[in-house]
Amino acid sequence: MKRKERLQKDPYNIVITGVGGQGNVMASRVLSNMLVRRGYRVTIGETFGMSQRGGAVMSHIRVSPKAQWSPQIPRGKADMVVALEPVEAIRVLMTYGNPKVMVLINTRPIYPVGVITGELTYPSLQEIESTVKSLSAGAWFLDATVEAVKLGNPILGNIVMIGAVAAMGELPVNRGDFEDVISRTLPADKLEVNLQAFDIGAAKIERQYF
Amino acid sequence: MAAGIDQSGGVEVLLMGNEAIARGALEAGVQVAAGYPGTPSSEVVENLARVAEKNGLYVEWSVNEKVAMEVAAAASFAGLRSLCVMKQNGVNVASDFLLHLVGSGVRGGMVLVTCDDPGALSSVNEGESRHFARMVEIPLLEPGDFQEAKDMLPWAFALSEEIRSLVMVRSVTRMSHASGNVVLGELPTEKRRAFFSCESNVFDLDHGPLYSTPVIRKHILQQERIRRVREISEKCTFNRYEGPENPELLVITSSACTLYSKEAIHLLGLKDRVGLLKLGTTWPIPSELVTRRLAAAEKVLVVEEVLPFLEDHVKILAAETAGRIGRTQFFGKNDGTIPMVGELNPDLVAKAIGSILNISYEGMTPAYEESLKAPTMARIPQREQTFCPGCPHRASFWVMHEALALDGRQGFVCGDIGCYSLAAISPANGYDTMKTIHSMGSGTGLASGFGKLGPFGLDQPVLAVCGDSTFYHAAIPALINAVHHKANIILVVLDNGGTAMTGFQSHPGLGVNAMNEAVPAVNLERVCQTLGARVEVRDPFDLQETRKTLNRMIKDETGVRVLIMRQICALSPEKRGKRLYTVSVQEDLCLGEKCGCNRLCTRIFRCPGLGWDPAKGKAVVDEVICAGCGVCALVCPAGAIQRQEVAR
Repeated sequence: MKRKERLQKDPYNIVITGVGGQGNVMASRVLSNMLVRRGYRVTIGETFGMSQRGGAVMSHIRVSPKAQWSPQIPRGKADMVVALEPVEAIRVLMTYGNPKVMVLINTRPIYPVGVITGELTYPSLQEIESTVKSLSAGAWFLDATVEAVKLGNPILGNIVMIGAVAAMGELPVNRGDFEDVISRTLPADKLEVNLQAFDIGAAKIERQYF
Repeated sequence: MAAGIDQSGGVEVLLMGNEAIARGALEAGVQVAAGYPGTPSSEVVENLARVAEKNGLYVEWSVNEKVAMEVAAAASFAGLRSLCVMKQNGVNVASDFLLHLVGSGVRGGMVLVTCDDPGALSSVNEGESRHFARMVEIPLLEPGDFQEAKDMLPWAFALSEEIRSLVMVRSVTRMSHASGNVVLGELPTEKRRAFFSCESNVFDLDHGPLYSTPVIRKHILQQERIRRVREISEKCTFNRYEGPENPELLVITSSACTLYSKEAIHLLGLKDRVGLLKLGTTWPIPSELVTRRLAAAEKVLVVEEVLPFLEDHVKILAAETAGRIGRTQFFGKNDGTIPMVGELNPDLVAKAIGSILNISYEGMTPAYEESLKAPTMARIPQREQTFCPGCPHRASFWVMHEALALDGRQGFVCGDIGCYSLAAISPANGYDTMKTIHSMGSGTGLASGFGKLGPFGLDQPVLAVCGDSTFYHAAIPALINAVHHKANIILVVLDNGGTAMTGFQSHPGLGVNAMNEAVPAVNLERVCQTLGARVEVRDPFDLQETRKTLNRMIKDETGVRVLIMRQICALSPEKRGKRLYTVSVQEDLCLGEKCGCNRLCTRIFRCPGLGWDPAKGKAVVDEVICAGCGVCALVCPAGAIQRQEVAR
């Protein structure tokens, strides 16, 4: 599939979800700045503070050629869901999903405390896969945390996922946009490993998708 | 983003609402900013602090919001432009000074930024600061998008100087913590010199002393100023109408609800039928503008979050102008069209508009809605908030729980405000020890009261907790009260080395200030000792020693005892990612369900770094999550969880 040079919708709605501490906020800032660099108006809606402590977190990214959309995506209106944690993808689809939504999922679970204590159960990855597929136009599964651990830090899973998002071709952003944004954001010594993480994510999608 | 909020003007950048507010203050030439951290307000002062040195600002994290407002007011009295920043309940703390500051008036432009938290996403209340503007009679401004969040600050400063009154700019979580495109303006180069001109008489507003007295004369003066603001607001470009000249429905809104209302009208495809009056000056409201719009519509919906504030003032105006506006039907909070609690979103506003115009709105197709009824969906596990892996609070509450259980008299903990509030929000986090939670410092104040109930039969041990920043903010007066009245209590200070909840802002106990300068630290234990409390300091990661100490202190029932549980926050920049121990489970020692410990580590201790392998029936350590504090190794009765010190 060829990279789309323009957004297919106005607004184009992206949800990045995960668990507090996974780098959700950074991922949403990086992706949004890549889009702003391309001349789009972007609104990010997110919550942090208390909600970050082990809870489910979500960033809503609204992208538009001209309008500043609200910081909350309406029910059923997500175009892309990027889940840094598998069950969070389903949680988001239950409110924001629709038959056309595309979903990218990091397969590494972070078990809720209720699962650790045995009060709740965590669905199997197969069950998550079939559920997400039934609720979306397409789902892509990546072992982003595994790759990030190989790079030396599990937090880089968020950048692996951004690499994957860029490689999907749905958004008019590329590696150059990423490099430009993070070189303005991160200290120089962190640049290389982030670019590696980005490339790993992109390669994983290219292998599955093209 | 990394460029800082002081980059040159003219460019369009993505800014968080709070960054936009900080940038707006810089463009207005603010020279002094003070605040106390509180979600969702903290990033305003934080961003100003980062650029303070380069831009010649003085920025401080004050001990509490009242002092922050006083510090900022002093700068204004000396002719500088100043800013004070706080969250909604911070305004409660500052309100006594606020009332009197309105009486005295200001000199250099002074703006109070408050960031409210509708829906209590990061608060233990849904309080609102808007009502203060009406109550103390100061202008209230509310930005409707990110560009306005920046642009409103220079306007607010200019207004403040014109009327010589404090001006309030109110944001909400979804504005402060959301981000959007902002075109930057130019930064000023001129700096004012500070001088407090006070040799003239009290009626000389430029050169006299600043008093709230004589009260009636000053009160009349303030009400004249508000009348002037009403006139100015008629022409203010932050008040805008878009839509047909005679709409079927007029929506009046402000703040983040502007974006929700616009989107709701778009979702319903009602651009040609519904008009939107968006107000940036929400008290006093521009009477003429609003009256004109009310006259052009028969149905009016007021869209705002939590209590009806705008709605009340629109209705008062409607009563006053009934002859001009004709028959008008109002919708909003009072008739239940818009919920009176929680935050709004585009769907709720679309439903409200739809209910008035008889249009049904569903965001999802019935088929998709149906697919959500599959059994998997019902089993998606909830994710409750919890202390982070490696959080010292988990160990501290473990100690308090063990000590109170051992004591056996149903002792309890009076809670306070910080990450440790999670022990009340999800009580299992605090092993069900925390039994009260109110405002900052109230844990110690309540304990001081409980600690005097012995003669009435109360023989339960009374513990209060507070964090280090909260201690300085509001617990000290309560502690003085407890000492003076010989209350039988133990204050446990959960000292994790900073204002952790809101992002490690400095506080008076640290040797560094907001601008990263070295400053004298006010020593926590010495303050307590000087007040007359007996003080012990322990590391909560040393479970046994800390528990023993606490039980000893509980038994010694004379007056006030302070136990400082000191261990730095797991997320603090100096600790993050550095493990003290490598933790693992030795499988042959873990007896699982047969142990008799009732899965103490996973079921009771509840650290997210631990897990349970159902196939093997044994505990496991999640190496991606574990922060290496090693405390679980002390909890495991079988010695199966083992820790090995990480070589440094």
